Amino acid sequence: MSTTNGTGHIEKKRLDNPPKSIKIKIQRRANEKAEPRWETFEIPYRRNLNVISALMEIRKNPVTIEGKQTTPPVWDMSCLEQVCGICTMVINGRVRQSCSALIDDLLIATGGDTVTLEPMSKFPNVRDLKVDRSRMFDHLKQVHAWIELDGTYDLGPGPHISNETAQERYAYSRCMTCGCCLEACPQYHEDNYIGPQAIAQARLYNMHPTGRISMEDRLNGLLGDDGITNCGNAQNCVQVCPMSIPLTRAIYETNRDVTLNALFGWLRK
Amino acid sequence: MASNNLKIAIVGGGLAGLAAAMKIAEAGHDVDLISVVPVKRSHSVCAQGGINGAVNTKGEGDSPAKHLDDTVYGGDFLANQTPVKQMCDMAPSIIYLFDRMGVPFSRTQEGLLDFRRFGGTLHHRTAFAGASTGQQLLYALDDQVRKWEAAGKVNKYEGWEMLSLVLDDHQVCRGLIAMNLQTLELKAFKADAVIMATGGPGLIFGKSTNSMTCTGSAVSACYQQGARYANGEFIQVHPTSIPGEDKLRLMSESARGEGGRVWVPRDPADARSPKEIPDAERWYFLEEKYPAYGNLVPRDIATREIFQVCLEGHGVGGKNQVYLDLTHIPAETLTRKLGAILEIYEMFVGDDPRYVPMRIFPGVHYSMGGLWVDFEQRTNIPGLFAAGECDYSIHGANRLGANSLVSCVYGGFTAAPSAIEYAKNVERGTTETNGLYDDEVKRQQEINDQIVRNEGSENQYKIHEEMGKWMTDNVTVVRYNDRLQQTDAKLLELIDRFQRISINDSNLWATQAVPHARQLWNMLQLARVITLGALNRNESRGAHYKPDFPDRNDDEWLKTTIAEYAEEAPVFSYEPVDISIIEPRKRDYSKGKAKAAQVPQPGSELKQTGREETWEKQGRVREGESFKELDDAKQ
Repeated sequence: MSTTNGTGHIEKKRLDNPPKSIKIKIQRRANEKAEPRWETFEIPYRRNLNVISALMEIRKNPVTIEGKQTTPPVWDMSCLEQVCGICTMVINGRVRQSCSALIDDLLIATGGDTVTLEPMSKFPNVRDLKVDRSRMFDHLKQVHAWIELDGTYDLGPGPHISNETAQERYAYSRCMTCGCCLEACPQYHEDNYIGPQAIAQARLYNMHPTGRISMEDRLNGLLGDDGITNCGNAQNCVQVCPMSIPLTRAIYETNRDVTLNALFGWLRK
Repeated sequence: MASNNLKIAIVGGGLAGLAAAMKIAEAGHDVDLISVVPVKRSHSVCAQGGINGAVNTKGEGDSPAKHLDDTVYGGDFLANQTPVKQMCDMAPSIIYLFDRMGVPFSRTQEGLLDFRRFGGTLHHRTAFAGASTGQQLLYALDDQVRKWEAAGKVNKYEGWEMLSLVLDDHQVCRGLIAMNLQTLELKAFKADAVIMATGGPGLIFGKSTNSMTCTGSAVSACYQQGARYANGEFIQVHPTSIPGEDKLRLMSESARGEGGRVWVPRDPADARSPKEIPDAERWYFLEEKYPAYGNLVPRDIATREIFQVCLEGHGVGGKNQVYLDLTHIPAETLTRKLGAILEIYEMFVGDDPRYVPMRIFPGVHYSMGGLWVDFEQRTNIPGLFAAGECDYSIHGANRLGANSLVSCVYGGFTAAPSAIEYAKNVERGTTETNGLYDDEVKRQQEINDQIVRNEGSENQYKIHEEMGKWMTDNVTVVRYNDRLQQTDAKLLELIDRFQRISINDSNLWATQAVPHARQLWNMLQLARVITLGALNRNESRGAHYKPDFPDRNDDEWLKTTIAEYAEEAPVFSYEPVDISIIEPRKRDYSKGKAKAAQVPQPGSELKQTGREETWEKQGRVREGESFKELDDAKQ
């Protein structure tokens, strides 16, 4: 959370009167079939805490605010730099990475002293805040999100590409498969729509001069009911994407390619 | 027994593991890929700056020979030169392959690959994709391996952690045991060969720039089963990291590569905001001491200088921090070239580095040491191979920026054919294997059961914190023998206290307490290797610096440290370094690098250090121009 002053100099807004302690309210599940329940923990406030360091503090000695000894909360984490995508959860009602969710910012936004954590709801729960997102990787198979190489031996450099195209592709290539776009999408459920993530990856490879050669394979993967058709244009995906990927543009351009291919693709045969 | 359809298990799905998987699948063999996280989330994503390869597209006369010289010189001559040469020769083709796989590298106006400068070289040799090159390279490989997965050649076991190797009674590796991190089920993976590609052990230091998966646990398990661990004491502390509560976040060297300047106020008491301090009152200490390389001195030197400046009370505000300043560069340029890494700083600190100088301090970053491998990535255990950060082979006493990505891919590309070759030709004889796997599963299950049964008063996370603090305070930038001894005593205390931990989790489904306990035990064992290796080495070389022994001592210490596990303490021995191509010379970055005394010549005689007779020979002996397995020689 930042404010811009007249010089374009961006300074961080800081919590003026921080509380002595903060409460972390966590939705718990013992396993995927268990009913969710809530537990609240209290930890001392420190500056520069993020949600991960709060959870680490709780894990060391898992006692609820009522003084009840409980099991340590389970969550996924790895890079802690918002490039691996694994620590995604729903924080104060919004899906995002927990490593980059700073406690100060969350408290400023709510004006309270409590941070609420829930697992993502669009994926099978494993335990507590941990979910199974393997279907996102299956989506990538469905759209053939790769380049067909002749082989990995030395064949010299790839095709010339303008820096503009490289940068446009770079934006899509930053997708870390975190699932924010799917969690926020009103259309995405199990099999009725593949969702923005995989469409953007199809677009990434369709834009490459070599990738374009096998574009039809990718577009075919998007034809069925579980493909691109059911995008409802709610545009929630671009709102929540932590990498600011132009997802709606990928959907628009890929949809256009799907239509053109359906209309005129037979001419190439 | 020769076979056409081999099964090779790869542990770790970062750049090295995926590179190997792709090559093995392409050769028509089957891969079991075991990874604690979905492979696309491996630590390789954190590499920011770029990948080195001497393509010489900038008309600077760069060449693989110069890349070799920079790497060997930067590594303070501790690296075996033959594999470094192989890597530097392969590097341009690695970059071109990634280009063909669709990595969105930055481009020139002609549409060719663009290259930037990095630390420890005077050439534009580093290809980059924005400021998230590791992420981009990993994703390209992940996509290629997914194609092989869809074709049924690669089976991924994501969310599985390796616990041990399966060794037959000839100490030959026949596979491994891994644990499902949801169910805690143990499974034996039979394999014709195993490739370790598990990355570094940064979590031994508590907070580091590494991902939370970088425990070194699986490598430590190999070490405890007889694999040699080499040069463990060489730990790179990155000069520029952003101190945080949960970890140290890397500020890439590319910030300096693009012109970032490191400074502190000349007057330590100067409390003005950095923008108000005029140039004359700023101390650009790297530029002053190293006019030729300036802010782009190699990492070990930059780290020590920053550390020293703060130690002497010159840190900003008297704290452990210096400025890394980019504000003299147009904001638009910074956004284009460094956008991703500047976002990281802004995200976690709040200030915008395009307008406010960053505050940074050194952080543990990379292990040059790792599993001992020969020049074909073979460990001393037949059937076990290693590639990437978890092997020791390329970087000597210090790694140059943007050499890690290329060494990972080189390692994977070399380990794969090497493992295939081994698996095709190995004579299995009549060794009975059926009981082997069951026995090892049982042994590992008993360890898990013991951890679950324990009801002591010790807290494993607190033990981890203590280990991290001791290791960071005493076994990083500056090392003293008495403190290293105290650290080993502390590690022994922690190992003892570990026996009395209670896991504090009554729910074993997807528990993180049991895996963490297994990792912690393995980290403690590896921490001893690092600490005692540092204690023994009475010289300063690359990242290893002892004020009491401030100089490099080639007469006594131009040799590779090798640790082997024993219950009491690691057993150390040493072997000669391959200096067959470039004669060691003094490393001095205060002026332009001295010209290599000897230019690499194809087929040049291997130069011996001439001291191996006094060292316990380990693993290989010289025979003419090539190293040969000692095991072979014995037979």
